[in-house]
This record gives sequence, C-alpha cells and structure tokens, in this order.
Amino acid sequence: MMASNYNAKEEDGHQPAAIGHGGAGTVKNKKPDNTAFKQQRLPAWQPILTAGTVLPAFFVIGLIFIPIGIGLFVTSNNIKELEIDYTGVDMSSPCYNCSQSYSWNSTKPCTCSVPFSLDQPFESNVFMYYGLSNFYQNHRRYVKSRDDSQLNGDKASLKSPSKECEPYRTSDEKPIAPCGAIANSLFNDTLELYYIDPNGSRTAIPLVKKGIAWWTDKHVKFRNPGGNDNLTVVFQGTSKPVNWRKSVYELDPSDPDNNGFINEDFIVWMRTAALPTFRKLYRIIHKKPNMTPTLPLGQYILEVTYNYPVRSFEGRKRMILSTMSWMGGKNPFLGIAYITVGSVCFFLGIVLLIIHHKYGNRNHSADIPS
Amino acid sequence: MIDDDSKTEWAFESRCRARRTVVSSLTEDEELTEILKSYSSNKVTTTKYSFLSFIPKNLFEQLHRFANIYFIFLAALNFVPVVNAFQPEISIIPILLVLAVTAVKDLWEDYRKHKSDKFINGLVCEIYSRLIHSMYVDQRWQDVHVGDFVRLSCNEIIPADMLLLYSSDPHGVCYIETANLDGETNLKQRQVVRDLPRQVCENFHSRIECENPNNDLSRFRGFMEYPSKARVGLHNNNLLLRSCTIRNTETVIGIVVYAGHETKAMKNNNGPRYKRSKLERRLNVDVLWSVVLLVIMCLTAAIGHGLWLRNLKDTSFLIPDTTSPALSGFYLFWTMIIVLQVLIPISLYVSIEIVKLCQIFFIQNDVDFYNEYMDSRIQCRALNITEDLGQIQYVFSDKTGTLTENKMVFRRCTIAGVEYPHEENARRLEVYEEDEAMGCSHTLKSRASAKSLSCKSLSCNRSSVSLHTLTGHSEGEESPSPTLPRHSAFSSPMEKDIVPDPFLVQKLNCLSSPLFLLRDASMELTYIVDFFMALAICNTVVVSSPNQPRHVVRSTRFGLPRFSTLSSPHTTESPRSFTRRLFSRGKAASFTPSPSPTPTKLGTEPDGEPNLEASILSIRPGLDGVPGEDGDQGYEEEGEHELIYEAESPDEAALVHAARAYRCTLQGRSLERLLVELPGMGSLAVRLLHILPFDSSRKRMSVVVRHPLTNQVVVYTKGADSVIMDLAESPKGAEQSDGRQGHIREQTQKHLDNYAREGLRTLCIAKKVLEEEEYEIWLKRHAFAETSIENREELLLESAQRLETNLTLLGATGIVDRLQEEVPETIEALQRAGVKVWVLTGDKQETAINIACACKLLRTTDQLLTANCDSKEACKALLLELRAEVERGEAAEGTSGFTLVVDGRTLDFALQEDLKGDFLELSRRCRAVVCCRSTPLQKSHVVQLVRDQLRVMTLAIGDGANDVSMIQVADVGIGISGQEGMQAVMSSDFAISRFKHLRKLLLVHGHWCYTRLANMILYFFYKNVMYVNLLFWYQFFCGFSGSVMTNSWVLIFFNLLFTSAPPLLYGILDKDVSADTLIKLPELYKSGQNSKAYLPSTFWLTMLDALYQSLVCFFIPYFAYAGSDADMLSFGSPINASALLIILLHQVIESRTLTWLHVLVLVGSALFYFSFTLVFSVVCVTCSPPTNPLGVDKLQMSQPLFYGVCALTTVLALLPRYTHQQ
Repeated sequence: MMASNYNAKEEDGHQPAAIGHGGAGTVKNKKPDNTAFKQQRLPAWQPILTAGTVLPAFFVIGLIFIPIGIGLFVTSNNIKELEIDYTGVDMSSPCYNCSQSYSWNSTKPCTCSVPFSLDQPFESNVFMYYGLSNFYQNHRRYVKSRDDSQLNGDKASLKSPSKECEPYRTSDEKPIAPCGAIANSLFNDTLELYYIDPNGSRTAIPLVKKGIAWWTDKHVKFRNPGGNDNLTVVFQGTSKPVNWRKSVYELDPSDPDNNGFINEDFIVWMRTAALPTFRKLYRIIHKKPNMTPTLPLGQYILEVTYNYPVRSFEGRKRMILSTMSWMGGKNPFLGIAYITVGSVCFFLGIVLLIIHHKYGNRNHSADIPS
Repeated sequence: MIDDDSKTEWAFESRCRARRTVVSSLTEDEELTEILKSYSSNKVTTTKYSFLSFIPKNLFEQLHRFANIYFIFLAALNFVPVVNAFQPEISIIPILLVLAVTAVKDLWEDYRKHKSDKFINGLVCEIYSRLIHSMYVDQRWQDVHVGDFVRLSCNEIIPADMLLLYSSDPHGVCYIETANLDGETNLKQRQVVRDLPRQVCENFHSRIECENPNNDLSRFRGFMEYPSKARVGLHNNNLLLRSCTIRNTETVIGIVVYAGHETKAMKNNNGPRYKRSKLERRLNVDVLWSVVLLVIMCLTAAIGHGLWLRNLKDTSFLIPDTTSPALSGFYLFWTMIIVLQVLIPISLYVSIEIVKLCQIFFIQNDVDFYNEYMDSRIQCRALNITEDLGQIQYVFSDKTGTLTENKMVFRRCTIAGVEYPHEENARRLEVYEEDEAMGCSHTLKSRASAKSLSCKSLSCNRSSVSLHTLTGHSEGEESPSPTLPRHSAFSSPMEKDIVPDPFLVQKLNCLSSPLFLLRDASMELTYIVDFFMALAICNTVVVSSPNQPRHVVRSTRFGLPRFSTLSSPHTTESPRSFTRRLFSRGKAASFTPSPSPTPTKLGTEPDGEPNLEASILSIRPGLDGVPGEDGDQGYEEEGEHELIYEAESPDEAALVHAARAYRCTLQGRSLERLLVELPGMGSLAVRLLHILPFDSSRKRMSVVVRHPLTNQVVVYTKGADSVIMDLAESPKGAEQSDGRQGHIREQTQKHLDNYAREGLRTLCIAKKVLEEEEYEIWLKRHAFAETSIENREELLLESAQRLETNLTLLGATGIVDRLQEEVPETIEALQRAGVKVWVLTGDKQETAINIACACKLLRTTDQLLTANCDSKEACKALLLELRAEVERGEAAEGTSGFTLVVDGRTLDFALQEDLKGDFLELSRRCRAVVCCRSTPLQKSHVVQLVRDQLRVMTLAIGDGANDVSMIQVADVGIGISGQEGMQAVMSSDFAISRFKHLRKLLLVHGHWCYTRLANMILYFFYKNVMYVNLLFWYQFFCGFSGSVMTNSWVLIFFNLLFTSAPPLLYGILDKDVSADTLIKLPELYKSGQNSKAYLPSTFWLTMLDALYQSLVCFFIPYFAYAGSDADMLSFGSPINASALLIILLHQVIESRTLTWLHVLVLVGSALFYFSFTLVFSVVCVTCSPPTNPLGVDKLQMSQPLFYGVCALTTVLALLPRYTHQQ
C-alpha cells in the first residue's frame, strides 16, 4: 500500500504544471471516466413486467401451445401399438411352464407360442421391441460394469479388462469378453412372428435385425478387435460371460458385420435404459413395396424361445409392435400436456386481464418494487 | 536531561534485554560487523511468494479455507471404491478449478506487489563509501544496510529508519513530512543527536544501542555511546522514518538503524481490512440449511436404497453382493454426498468475492464521489462489506470536519471580560460563503496550482506556492483551502485575512501612543498583549516562507520593527520602554500583593530589571547564543504575506493568523526560540523553554517561555473552556485579584455561552507567571519525567498537570467552523431513509445543539431532551423521567420527534452496565441523539453499545484521530479525508472526501450492492437446488443407487462453467431502481435495512420455487420418455437442456435490467452449453466411462421430441415465477 504511493507521486511529478492559464482541465487527474459503463448508465432494457407486457405473453403462449398440443395428440393417436406380455405369470398363460423351469444354465431351450390378433392393419415400417419391467438397467453399479475400450476393439483391454467389470472380469483365469454385468445379462430370448392366414397356414414374417442400433454405436463406439474377420482367432484366450450360452463371436456367425462386439442386439442391450421399465428395439418389419399393409389385421402367433429369467425379481417381459411418427413412438402425454399448459396460460391471461381492468390504477403506481 | 542518562540507560538495559547495537558500517571490528550483518537489509519484499515457493505455499494457504477442505474431502471420498460416484479425475475438477482461479488472482496481486517492490528497491540514494574515494556514491535502496551513512537532500524520500547525525540547518534541525506514513501534511521537526561531536562518517566511532524493531511510530528509545564513553539518550525526534520526505532542509546525514522490513513504516504496513458482512452471516446460515437439506436428501436415498435392496430378490442384473442392505445404504449415503455436492454452493464464495470486487470498482469510479478540490475519489479499503452499506440503521457522525468543513476561521474573541464582536470579520465571512456558493471559476485554477505543488523539484523552493498565494491575493481569489492540501494546509485567504475589530485595534494602538496612563485601561492592555502573545506562540506551528530557499525563517537581521502602518512613527525607544513598564506592572499585578504598582516602581523590581536589556538585545543575532547563526546565508526583507504557517490542527493556524491580524506575528521558530513581532516593539526573540503538547485527556496545551521583556518564566495555556475555567480559579491570589479575575471569569463565561449558542468553537487562553524557584523545582521533576524510560508518558502528563494550575484567565476565542455543503440535505435524506443519525462530538453542548439545528438534525418541531447530571442516581432518575416524557409525547400528537442531548459525564453514567438498558430504550425512541463533550473512548463505547444491544447495523463516520476507535468498532467505518490527517482514513473501510457523499454511497450504491448481492446469492441457492433435485428425483427410478442420467463432465461443468457467468453479471450490474429514483425517494432504502431482499421467507420461497421447477423439469421428460427405448443419457439430455434454459430465463425474469452485456453472457452461456455437449458427443469415443456421451446429444438434438419437451418444460417451470413477478 505504501509501496504504491510512490508510484502515484512519481506520476504526479511528471505532470506539467499548468499554472494560471485555466488550462488545468487538461491535466490528468484521478477523476473517474464519465463513461456509461463506469457510471453504470449502460442503455438497458428494463423488463418491467407490467400488464401491458405480461398479458400478451400469456395469450401468445396459449395460442401457440394449444395447436401444438392438438397436433401432438393427433399424431400420437395415429400411431398403432400393440403390447403382449409373455412373462407367464398366470397359470393360463402359454409361457407359464417356461417361466417356472427357469435357469440361466439350462441347456434345453424352452419355447412357447403366444397367439394374438390385430384389429387394425399396421402401415409403414413396424418396429418390434422387447420390453422389460422392474429391471434396473440404470443401477449405478450395473451401469459402471462395462469396459468401453474393450468394446471399442482395444486389444489390451480385451486381454485385461477394466476393473469396473468385477466380478465379471475374468472367468477361469481368462478375461471375459465382453466383460461386465451389462454384457453378462444380455437379453437372450428369441422372438419370432407368424401370420396365421385365414386358411390356417403360418407365414413367418421377415424380421430385419440390422439397423436397430445407433449408427455411431455400430460404426464408432463398438469395434471388433482387429477387424471383423477371424473373430474366433481374435477372441482366443478369452472367456464368454458366465451367463452366456455361446461366445461373443458366435452371436451371428452368418453375418460377419453383425458378429462379435458389433452385433446389433448386443449393442442395443449395452445402451442402458433410463428407467426400470423400458423397451428395446428388437427387429424391424419393413413395409412392403406394394400397397398392402406391413401387418394386415388378423391372427398372429409370437414364438418365444424363453431363456431370460425375470420372475425372480418380479420382472415382466413384453413384446411390442409399434409404428413410428416424427415424434417417435406412441405417447399421448406430451400432446395433453401441451394443451393443458396452453389452456392454463390462456386462462391466466384472462384472469390477469380482469384483475388489471378492475385494479388497473393501483398497478400503475406500483412499478416501484417494495 | 542528558545528565540523567546513566540512570536512564540502566533502566533501559534492565528492561529491554532484546535490543540492537548499531555501529558505523565502516568499523574494523569483526565482531561488530557480524552483528550488523545479522540485521535485515533494506531490500523490501512485500510479496508472499517467490518463484519457486508459489505453488506449495499458495496451495497450503488455500487449503486452510474451509470451503476448499470440503472440496478436497469430496474429491478424496471419490477415491474410495465403495462410494465413488464419478471417475476420480472428474471429482478433482471443481477443486482444481477453484484453486486455479484463486491462485491466478493471488499471483496477479503478488506480481503487482513485486513490481512496486522492484521499483522501490531500485530507488537511488547516496551512501558514504570508503572504497570509492571516500565519498558519497549512489546506491540502490536495497543495498542500504544498517550502519550505513546516508546523505539526503531536500524532497528526497528517506530509504530506511535512520538516526539524524547532521543537518545543514545550523540548529541541527531537519523537517520531514510524514504524508506517506500517516497522511499528515504538516512538517515535523527532527533534531540531530544532542552533543554530537563533529564526527560524521569516517571517524564515527560511537555505538548506538536502541530497542528492537517495533511498529510504534511515535516511540524510539536508545542511547548513543561516544568513544569517550559518554552517553546520550536518543528519542523519537532523532529518528528519520523510512518513506517520509525531507523538507525545508538542504542536506541531512544519518546512520541507518533499522532497514527494510524492520523499519517502522514497514512494520505498520498492514494488509486490507477484513470484515464479515451481515449478509454473509445470513448466507452462512442458509449454507447450513443447504447442508441440512443435503443430509436429508442423502439419508432419504440411503434409506431408500437399503429398503430397495431388502425387497429385491434374486436378480439377474445385479452384481452378486454379500453386503447387507444397511451397509450398502451407508455407503450410498456418501456416494450421494458426492453426487449432490453442488447443493452446497461452494463456488458462491468465489463468486461473491468477484462480485464485490466489481462493485467496488464501480463505487470507486463513480464520478459523483470525485472531489475536484482535492483531486480525490472515494477509497474503498475494505473489500468485502459493500452490501453492508445498504443495510445501515444507525449513523454515528463526528461533528468537526465531518459535518463541518474543519476550516477554522477566527471569528471573535473576548479579552479580559470585554467582548470584541468583529463585525467586519463576520461580514467578510459571509462574502466568502456567497462567493463559494456562486462560482467554481476558481476551482480549475486552484486545481492547477494544487497540481503544481506536487510537482517535485530538487531545488526545493516553493515558488509555485507563493505564485498561487500571490495570484490568489491579487485577483481576490478565494480558493477554498483544501486545494492546497499539502503545503499550505489551513491557510487559505479566508482563514488568513482576518479583519481586526476596530475597537480592539484602537486599544492596541495605545501601546504606541503616549496617552496610555489610565490605569485600568493599561491593565486591560496587558491582558490584550498577553492574549495575542499566547495566540502567537502557544502552538506548534511551523513557519516557512515561500520565497526563501531555506524556508525556515529564523531571525531577522534587522532587529528594527517594521511595523509602522498603524502606529504613528515613533522612536523605537518610546514604545519599548512603555511595553517594558507595562509588562513589569502586569507581572506585579499578578504576583506582588501590592494592589497598585505604578510605572515609577519599575526600577525597584528586583528580578525583572537586570535581564531586561539582555532580552531586548537578544533579538540581535550573534547574541542569542546559538552557534553558527551568525554566518547564516543572506536574509531578505520579507513581506508579511509570505509567511506560511503549517499547523497540526486548523485551530492553531486560525489563531496564529488572528494574532497576526493584530500585528502580533509569529515570524519564526527554532527549537529553542520563537521570533515574535509585537506591536510597537518589533521582533522579539522569545526563549522557548518547554512545549507541553496537546493531549485529549488534558484538553489543553501549554508553552513555557522566558518572557523577552520581563525575563520571567511565563506559561501560556490554551485549551477547552471547561478545563481552563476550572484551572483558572486561583486560590493563591484570591484575596487580591479575586475581584478582577472573578469579573473576568464571569464575563468570559457569559461570552463563551454566547459563542457556543452561535455555534462557535471556543478556546480559552490563560497564562501564569512562575517564580524562578518555582520553575526550578518544576523543571527538575519535569526533566526526570522526560528522561525516564518507563512510563514516561504518564510522568510527562503528570508534570504538565502540575504546571497548569492557578492560571490567570486572559480571554477566549470563538472560531467558526462552517457546515459542509449539502449536509442538511444529506441528513434529511438519511433520516427519511430510516437511518438514525447520532452526532458524537467533543464540543460543548450549546455548540453541538447549534450545529445540530444548522444541519437539520434537530427540527424546530422537535422536542429537545437534555440529559446532564452529576451522579449515577440522578442519571437514572433522569433517564426514567425522560422516558416518561417521551411516552407522554408519543401519546400526544404534535411533536414530530425527540432529540436527546447527552453530555459526556452523563454518558459515562448511562454507559454503565445497569443504566445502559434505560439509556438505549430512551435513545431508541428518539429520532436523533447528540452526544457532546464525549471522549474518543466514549464514542466507541456508544457505537458498541448500540451495535451489540440493539443488534443493528451501524456506521461511523469521522475525520480525525479521535474518531478512529469509533470507526473501528462500527460495522462500517467511514473516514473523511480532510484536514486532520489520515488516521481516520487509515482505519476506515471507506474513505470519502465530503459528508454529502454519504448520501449516494448509502442510498444508491449501498442499496444496489445489497440487492444485487442478495439476489445473486438467492439465485445461486435456487440454481443449485433446482439442478441437484433433478439428480435426486432420478434416484427414485434407479433404485436409489446414485446413478446420474448425465455425463459426469457436463454435470460438473454445469455449475462451474455453463451457469456461472450470468449470475456474476447479475450481481454486478443489476439495477432494481434507478439512481435518480433512489436519491429522490430515500424511503426505498428501508427495504435494505429490513433485509427485504433476503429474508428467511424469501429464501424458503426460492427453495420452493426451485423444488417446483426441478419437479417440472424432471417429470415432464419422465412422462414423455416413460416406457420408451430411451437410454440414460438420452433421457438426461433434454432434462439438462431445459434446466439450462430455465435457469437462464429465470434470471432474465428476475433481473431488472438487461444490457447488451447480459444478452451476450446469457446467449453465450447457452451456446457454450449446446456446443460443448454437441462436440463432446461427437468426439468422445471411449471417454468418461460409465456415462460415455458418444452420439447421444447429436442424435437427441436432431429429434423434434427433444425440442418439444424442452419448450414445454421451460414454459411450465417458469410460469409461476413469471406470473408472480407480474
């Protein structure tokens, strides 16, 4: 403090003395700059919220939100969706037996057929999901239990996976590929759809298994170590996850572009769901080139190879067929919410307008906040 | 004094074991050289860090702060595997960021200090060097060592504390200006060590023993041992202090005794003050609430997790775990603390610091606080209590210099019971007032001159000053005195040009007229001459003349009186002989019992006569016994105008000027004599025996002189009327002079009361003639007091009190101290703003009331309650009675308020433990309180009492050293940088130059700072609670497992980067009401006083709003995505985005001003967030493992659903706040 004093004095000393000429105004002094910024006089828009500015805002919001809400609601209503619970909790359910004789490592596959019917034809592409309930894919320790570098094709991580994968890191002293709890609990039911012709014959509906994962996941995030050829060799020396029946390089032996870490079913599973009740895309039923609907109305059979146990934690398994709109899947909530909020705004606007008219005079003097 | 040194030294040695020995650095003695080397060199480093030590030392310092420890605790927690929430490196980010920001701030500050250190260390001074031709060579300051001989010229700054060994002044005196040290601009005398043989430098073999370095500026003790083993005591007036400036002396040489950090200046160099503001205390409470909230949330999650685990049966997805649910619950508690850590607004503390710095920047840059006369702005010395300015409830103000100008102007006087009204003088003052009010045409010019003053010239002359003064005179310019704050303090024309009272002049003229024979008249004349004599010499005024290079007017070679304009020309003989007779008789009148001494008896006076001749002759140089005076450089005959008086207090200057108006001119001062010109007698050299300086407990000062004419020892005393009036009762001469003295006292008291009613400051002048024996006795004891080392101060005080008894009252003066401009307006505005204004003054009651009326503190409709009592019981009764009166008055309408006037003695009783309750109760009901006759200690007691007992925010404002304690005690201390030096400023939090600035400082800046900061803090809480709750709600859907639906980087950055700048800007620039409105409607200030912007209810309301918003912000996306195939991060993406929009738009709704800066920062923040997440979602392939964001936001932002959700969420969340604002 004292130190800076010297500076100030020195500076002063260099000032030319303007004596007696009244030219002192030019002498530099400590007078602060009279600028708008320093004097806190910056031109400002003062959003004084008076009736004049607030009321229109309410009406404008109302006017915009209500049509959007109606649009969303209509769109959502046009989406066709069908859900079939095939957990087999009830005795009457076709899958009851399978659900009872559950075990991760049972070798004998258990199959069941669930018949259902469509009241309306499904136009355009139809998306087939499997849905799980009460399955906490977002549990912190579950979410952590993966090794992204291993999945990205890093050979070092393949041999020694991240510690986060414990206790699914090694099995029989061999590293597990893919390691971790998420991969270990991969959904392994197989779902097939059959259309029952009015004449009784079953037609398998072609289910496309490619294109169900995100493009970035499939092409950037997930990679097989050392390319997609010779996966058997690459994964030599690794162990399959304990719950799996086959190794990762056997997930889709028919298609090298869908095998190993880049198997799309696997990728979809690895993207952990946000909420304990979720669905995951399983297959796509592409629309037919001619004008016939993708899924005509009528009788169908869902063939399930029942492997995945959920009864132990009171989970449910579902198969969902749904068409899509620009807003995604069926969800009436957003449309209703928009309409509600829009109406509330409109209503508030009217109420405030009335208040303003009644007590308008008082409001004017109250622009100074208390 | 020196003779006693053996004794002194013994005491000294026994007491101060720890002392230092200093010898010349040229010594050959190895041992002594070693000792010298052990003292610190003059290199100064005020920096905290060196290049290498910065990182460890800064870290160490920062880790002492509680907030940082919290951060580190969290970061460490994250390394514990069972509880970690994020990857370890992410949790380090907050602490690193905060540490880095603080480190950069510290580094910058340190660098600035380093630069100024370097500059100072590089300054050059002359040091005696034997190596290089045994002469003085230029050396840098940092190379100065203890024991070095330093030669300094006029206007040079002293590089280290050194003992004065030689001065070019023949009296061995040197003048220094201590403005750099304490801001006092008057010159102070320093003296060469006594009896020093001419043995500077080469043959300096003396040894100096002095106390160890300390920070007491006014104390220095030690002794110097000559080779002959003779010892001489060293005192403060032998010491030249570092960073003072040599003035009025051509060359001085000194030996360095303390250097560098051991100098008194450096030891006094404290950092800025640190206070904790009320708002911060409130804030800390709410931070604690946040902690409670955090614990509740974490406990909820922990219990929830435990229950969830217990209900869970065999799971395929969960990792097999043997941990019991309770233990996992416990682990989870800590995990949640990490996840929800943002709830505790740690970054808030850093933000508050930044905001306050910016607020101070704006306060300092306010043009309205600029004082053109002094070229000074407001100084903000405390950096962290800006918002306290907006909550002040009590203002305690000093009177003199705070409410008034402290420009003392002699107004009138009473001598020997006769009042001289000085009508002309009053008229003149009115003219000045008008002039000042009318135009500021002088101001530019005077500023220019002020500028020219600070221009440093080595030739050491003051021509610029004289130029100014002369032009000022010739053009009739009445420049206000603060224009010349440095050199000619207290000597503006207004204060100088006193118009004498014609009647008094007439009487004085009798001195030179032969028709003086009326006895009573001449008796009165003695009083008059003595009176003016006292005015002229009873002070510590330093006289200098502008034209003379040497400045100190010593004695004039022409012993002839130059005074002849008023008196008719006479031979020098006649008036002198007359005066002689007069004085002899005056003496007789006061000492000899004989009632009617006549001039004829004069020759028989035994002690007066023989020395008379000598004393007259003594005015001739050469005979007055000071060696070297003879050979002085040429003197010029000087005009009287060119004398400049530099006084320690403005009263002194005013009185010296007054005396001068009556031709009783103080012409020069040296250590041992004063040169005074008396009417009809010319210049007389008065031997100055002692000065008993002013102190606040004695409330008076005295000089002891040998009277030039009678050669008697005379004591002149000047002081507060109350003390002098008491002391002037002379029991000894009672029988004889009681009649006359009694009459004088009676009359004077009457006049004093009149003066006080007029609002004049009164001083009484008295004298006492000492018999030689009496003096001898006193002198012995006084010498003992002076030389004693232990409790010297008390002994000196005692000694002074012994002398100042049985005084003869001469008269009293009335000095005008005008109100500063706009004081009534300011006080009125403050009162309208609900601030209670108390005036605490040392003045007497009538003066205080008068000033209180003048500044509208006291309105005509007010009922005045006076409390004066002599005993505690009476005081108690009085307090109760007054309270009853107030209650009656309150019941009955009509009076607008009560004003309590308390005097010092009553205050003493009232401040006692059992009465203070009653006193407060009474004063609380009064609109204003005036405490008069109060001591500095009482002032601070009053402030403390009100502050602690009523729990209110107090502000103390004052300008002098007597206000320091009060300023320090108050919540906000304001110093007025004015006439009385800088002590008040040095101890204050804010320093302003005029009282009127208080208005804008409190009403505008205080209001703004408070509302801004309060709103910003609330906003910070809101922001954190709102965001953290989003994470909390998610726990209900992930089994209370501590998962987050956001990328951890985004999570950490959300508070640190994306939403940190807008609140800062909000805290810096928001204006809820314009400055004009705030000034026009002081009532608006009350909102700050009542803490309206930040009440507990506001806090909880904000919390509720935050809760609502977070609910909306979480559950609208939740329902929109329920049951869909959204993954965690895709779900979190719209939540985050809408949270950001809500938080930013919330601020738009909240803030009352939006400038382009706001728009820039708000839009910038939003853009930053979106671009960051987008880029992150493209680039980050395997990074931040559990929450790898690859592709998430890119995909989300390409979907209409994202925008649909964001829009709805934002509108719904802000709807209540928006409607409420309306």
